[in-house]
Amino acid sequence: MTDKIIILQSSPHFKDKDSVPKIMYAVIISLAPAIFTSLYFFRFKALVLLLSCVAACLTTEALFLFLRRKPLHSLLDGSAIITGLLLAMTLPPSLSPELAVIGAVVAMAIGKQVFGGLGNNIFNPALVGRAFLQTAFPVAMTTWIPSVMTKVDILTYATPLGNLKFENAVAQGTLTSLKDLFFGNTGGCLGETSALALILGGLFLLFRRVIDWRIPLGIFLSLTIFTGIFWLANPEKYTSPLFHILAGGFLIGAFFMATDMVTSPITPLGAWVYALGIGLIVGLIRFFGGFPEGVMYSILFMNTFVPLLNRYTRPRILGGRRKG
Amino acid sequence: MKVKTFPHGVHPPEFKESTEEKAIHSMPPPDKVTIPLLQHFGSPAESLVQKGDEVYLSQKIGEGQTLFSASVHSSVSGKVLSVDMFSHPAGYPVPAVTIKNDGQDRISTEREEAKDPFSLSPEKIRQKVKEAGVVGLGGAAFPTAVKLSPPNDKPIDTIIINGCECEPLLTSDYRLMLEASDEILKGAELARIATGAERIIIGIEDNKKKAFEIFQEKIRDYPGEAVLLKTKYPEGAEKNLIYALLRREVPRGGLPFDVGIVVQNVGTAKAIWDAVHDGKPLYERVITVSGQSIKDPNNLLVRIGTSFESVIEFCGGLSEDANILVMGGPMMGIAQWSLDIPVIKGTSGILAWPAPPPRLEYSCIHCGRCIEHCPMVLVPTRLAKYVKYNNLTEAENWGILDCVECGCCQYICPSNIPLVHWIRLGKDKIISLKRKKNP
Repeated sequence: MTDKIIILQSSPHFKDKDSVPKIMYAVIISLAPAIFTSLYFFRFKALVLLLSCVAACLTTEALFLFLRRKPLHSLLDGSAIITGLLLAMTLPPSLSPELAVIGAVVAMAIGKQVFGGLGNNIFNPALVGRAFLQTAFPVAMTTWIPSVMTKVDILTYATPLGNLKFENAVAQGTLTSLKDLFFGNTGGCLGETSALALILGGLFLLFRRVIDWRIPLGIFLSLTIFTGIFWLANPEKYTSPLFHILAGGFLIGAFFMATDMVTSPITPLGAWVYALGIGLIVGLIRFFGGFPEGVMYSILFMNTFVPLLNRYTRPRILGGRRKG
Repeated sequence: MKVKTFPHGVHPPEFKESTEEKAIHSMPPPDKVTIPLLQHFGSPAESLVQKGDEVYLSQKIGEGQTLFSASVHSSVSGKVLSVDMFSHPAGYPVPAVTIKNDGQDRISTEREEAKDPFSLSPEKIRQKVKEAGVVGLGGAAFPTAVKLSPPNDKPIDTIIINGCECEPLLTSDYRLMLEASDEILKGAELARIATGAERIIIGIEDNKKKAFEIFQEKIRDYPGEAVLLKTKYPEGAEKNLIYALLRREVPRGGLPFDVGIVVQNVGTAKAIWDAVHDGKPLYERVITVSGQSIKDPNNLLVRIGTSFESVIEFCGGLSEDANILVMGGPMMGIAQWSLDIPVIKGTSGILAWPAPPPRLEYSCIHCGRCIEHCPMVLVPTRLAKYVKYNNLTEAENWGILDCVECGCCQYICPSNIPLVHWIRLGKDKIISLKRKKNP
């Protein structure tokens, strides 16, 4: 043993197999069903958006790593691909690829790299990109087209939530059917149309223990309770919690955006507070805000509280004093 | 059957198959032993011998000077070659006595056997245990006599015998439980008498069913019970074991005494019996020699002071691919840089395997897994960051001193951050600052 390399390290000497790239690629796999449904419903438009977002994210990340003199291997950890995919999933299919690229550059540069790269950003990068696009190009970001499966001859089309908010769909009886919401045969962003595909991906992440189960469950509970109270009080005006869960960006937000490890709390109690807050704010925006949809802003809003939550929701150490 | 356990922890691969069926084999004493006068944390024992002295097997060669230091005995008979500094497995040099073995195993006549050890007074038991230099054999090597002397204001009700052996690869405790169950129980009974406890609980992980069945049967003659525990790391960590068995929490910074408990490892229990009944000092112990790079893995009864090199040679030597040598288990053991290191009282195993090259370190992605697996419910990622940026006050506020260095956080960390290393560094810095303040 004297004439060869020996490893002198501090314990533990065993290591679990899971690693950052494995976690990231698991997220990419979990997005597969939603990607396939978006390709199925929006065909070539979806493909172009997905590819341009991923390519722009990877290029921006590479540029920043180069400028910051960081090793380029971080490019392969999969996190830039996820940001690209997630951003594309939140874009309207009719959006032009140039705008998508701008969003992707903003997501990577301002959402992630200026904070110091992977692990240091405060806000979910994909949502930063989307929020930028929404503010800078509000019209392009709210122009919806129906999926190729819908046999209607119109150029613009309302999302189920837009329909609910601006067309008074409950009273008119023109609410999108739960069945269409579930399978995805409806208007909306690339990835938010099919509830089924998102649930499949989310279950995979839960099963693979990539995401903290408290977050989707907490968001689900708080939105259900909040919308449920209004629905029970006045079913003529408000729609059921089930509709709110299946429609819009709720599922992609609850399973894929809010659960981003980097921008969600690390403590179990913090995760509960964060999740309940997101669900509540989604409900508030959908009912009382100016937008039909509030998932993006509610997640970004709760992201700001994460450092604070991490600090004040410290778990009780074994043998430590119980509170109260 | 419902098994007891504690929250959090990890499930590393066990790799116990290669030695669990290997009966304890007595290794012939080597030509030369080097016995460190410091076997554990604390102050070294004072040497009682000089170069050139003739010593007997089991003769006391080092006298513990303080409460927290245990006596050391010769593990062979022969001539003292030197009393000098020597490499300790913990990685620094300590004073050590090197003895040339004359191969006779001559015993001095001073050994004092007890006819009826169970009628001895607690004081007498403690004194015999102290005289025999018994220390905890689980790894930390805390002097056993101290553990058997609870303060008067802290009544002890339960002796827990730790038969978990939750470290992967190690099987020495398991073999001891199969082969020396009577001595273990008798030693436990002596510990019970010494501390005035009412009962004995022996906790065994459910991957050692055979041992559990033996103890379940034999413990009927004693006040106590055998309890099956879930196979999970670190089930055998003192505070977690107490929680798993009795749902009592040892207060932060406190000792098991504070909740009326004394925990002894199975090997220690046997050593207590040997010391009290036979007057036999702790000069040999059972170790597991295993790992992919050990040609003939085995469980050996080895004299203290035998070099790792002779132990490994006895086990067929190392294969070419070996690149890590560890004393202890793979989760908490200490990596060694040389084979010229002696077996000490706290050596539970000698392991060697071809370790994969260190993996790339990523920055923390805040997955929270270190928190979810920390058996002490700390926030390891935060502690590591505080130490990294030298914010020791906050590190202490966040409980860095409660860390038991079990390694669960680093085992599970997907970013490969050396969390335990940072935490150890921080603890060390904090403790030395405290020493400077109040020497």
